[in-house]
Amino acid sequence: MDIFANLWLGLSIAGTFYNLFYCLVGVFLGTAIGVLPGLGPVATIAMLLPITFGLPPESSLIMLAGIYYGAQYGGSTTAILVNLPGEPSSVVTALDGYQMARQGHAGRALSTAAIGSFIAGTISTILIAVFAPALAAVALQFGPAEYFSLIVLGLIASIVMASGQLLHALGMILVGLLLGMVGTDVNSAVPRYTFGMTSVADGLNFVVIAMGVFGLGEIIANLEDEADRSVMTKKVTGLMPTKEDWKRIVAPILRGTALGSLLGILPGGGAALASFGSYALEKKMSKHPEQFGKGAIEGVAGPESANNAGAQTSFIPMLTLGLPSNAVMALMIGAMIIQGIQPGPSVMTDQPELFWGLIASMWIGNLMLLVLNLPLIGLWVRMIAIPYHFLFPIIIVFCAIGVFSVNNNVFDVYAMAAFGVAGYIFRRLDAEPAPMLLAFILGPMMEEFLRRALLFSKGDLTVLVTRPVSAALLLVATILLALVLLPTIRRGRKIAFQEE
Amino acid sequence: MIRVRGEKDLGIGAIYLALGLAGFIVARDYSFGTAGRMGPGYFPTVISSLLMCFGVVTTAKGMLRDGEPIGKINWKGLTLVTLSVCAFGFSLETAGLIAALTVLILISAAASERFRFEIRATIGLLALVIFCVAVFVEGLGLPMPILGDWFK
Repeated sequence: MDIFANLWLGLSIAGTFYNLFYCLVGVFLGTAIGVLPGLGPVATIAMLLPITFGLPPESSLIMLAGIYYGAQYGGSTTAILVNLPGEPSSVVTALDGYQMARQGHAGRALSTAAIGSFIAGTISTILIAVFAPALAAVALQFGPAEYFSLIVLGLIASIVMASGQLLHALGMILVGLLLGMVGTDVNSAVPRYTFGMTSVADGLNFVVIAMGVFGLGEIIANLEDEADRSVMTKKVTGLMPTKEDWKRIVAPILRGTALGSLLGILPGGGAALASFGSYALEKKMSKHPEQFGKGAIEGVAGPESANNAGAQTSFIPMLTLGLPSNAVMALMIGAMIIQGIQPGPSVMTDQPELFWGLIASMWIGNLMLLVLNLPLIGLWVRMIAIPYHFLFPIIIVFCAIGVFSVNNNVFDVYAMAAFGVAGYIFRRLDAEPAPMLLAFILGPMMEEFLRRALLFSKGDLTVLVTRPVSAALLLVATILLALVLLPTIRRGRKIAFQEE
Repeated sequence: MIRVRGEKDLGIGAIYLALGLAGFIVARDYSFGTAGRMGPGYFPTVISSLLMCFGVVTTAKGMLRDGEPIGKINWKGLTLVTLSVCAFGFSLETAGLIAALTVLILISAAASERFRFEIRATIGLLALVIFCVAVFVEGLGLPMPILGDWFK
């Protein structure tokens, strides 16, 4: 099989000193922001994008990917030590992990999370290597109608994942699509919604929107409630799981990996849903479900493996179809476009170094996290203790400088401020902004595919449902929409998100 | 008088309606074309119309069904954070990076209830300004004046 040849090529790219360095920087930064509540991977990746412009494409994507899965690790550290999930995906880890820490088993909980994540990362890396080429081969057969329907499916799926109200999320998609129209129309060269401003002739910059909505907007929201954070600074001892622990965690890790990998591939899926699903599954499978919530090690092993596997496999649709399944992947697509790479099925054949290098780097990055994180636990504990009122001005400084440096244009700074206000308002009105960012990135593609599909069919809209693959994709989107509207699932979804 | 029952629904509905309406009116200037030959106005018109529909539905829901109140808005945080970023943009090219960063940090820090201007904060401010100048201007070579025209 050439999977091994491919992986070998990837390892030889990711294993160069230069790329190892950026991988390390990525996972280190990722863990740091995962530890710090109030700063997520979306804002961080948006902040760092301008710095990656000068790097080779491989290195920049390797670093950005490292931030994403590093954040999953960091989020679980705070969940276990302070009962404060740094990321939504580690909410369930806090349930049993914090209890373990209170009983003096913080070390075992942390190592279980790290080992589970590493095993999940290894398996899902292999899964990507096996399935991505197959999926890309299918995607190469796709015509514009199929792509249009796929985007519709992706957008619908993204709101299933959004917390907050469904109706609001659907509206946010349309807002995002409309924002995506700003700029010069590629076909007619007509400037749309620019109001005569040359700064937006090429469209709004997605870094501006991401930093404004996810950076500034979140800061304003966080400032509403400046609660004290009490940190468990007791010394963390007993880092290795016991023999008994190993027996208990192997099966949950494997089940979590399987579930996470599956949910990660689905458009709109990803780490958060995977960890919730895995926790429920482990509780059902366990002979002692009453231990859950009181420090069951399975309740840490399963969800932690699942969220890492989900984070990894969510790269599959991005790399093979050019479709982002969550806001972080949307930023990765933006990073690729800036580097002059058109994301899609051809990336694998045209730029195997980039593709396989990125995949191999994920495994290397997971190894780094396993080796680095446990000894560095003291540093992370100290980072949790940084008060937010020292932290947020620093975040604003990096946002402001970062957004200016994209085009060296002050207009972008003002635009970011405006999107910060918008982001805060959307949050206050229970309208999750993540689907908006996805729609903003996908909007221009969606219009172009629809235009081409209708050009071929001479304006016949039924082309979207007469072509089988396109019809199937739209059918799945409809079913998904119907499912979320069903009362029972709606209630379950509410429970899953109530802790956020 | 009609009683508002779901403030959040009404609020976001009004935003959708306003954006949809604005998008629709502006898009009338772009040629619509036909389905087979979509003009630059085709897609925006469709999207804006859908957005208006959602605006109407959500607004109606806010009037007719009980929902959550908006609650207290953090005006102080909203104003000061936004102001600090705008002040940065305004002073960057005129007064230079050092002044712009100082203004940004001082205004934004005031948004927090807990911020006190004491020795630790002053050292932090100085360290952050020096770090940014060293890394972004000297290190990465971003074209930002360290000192603007005002100081020359």
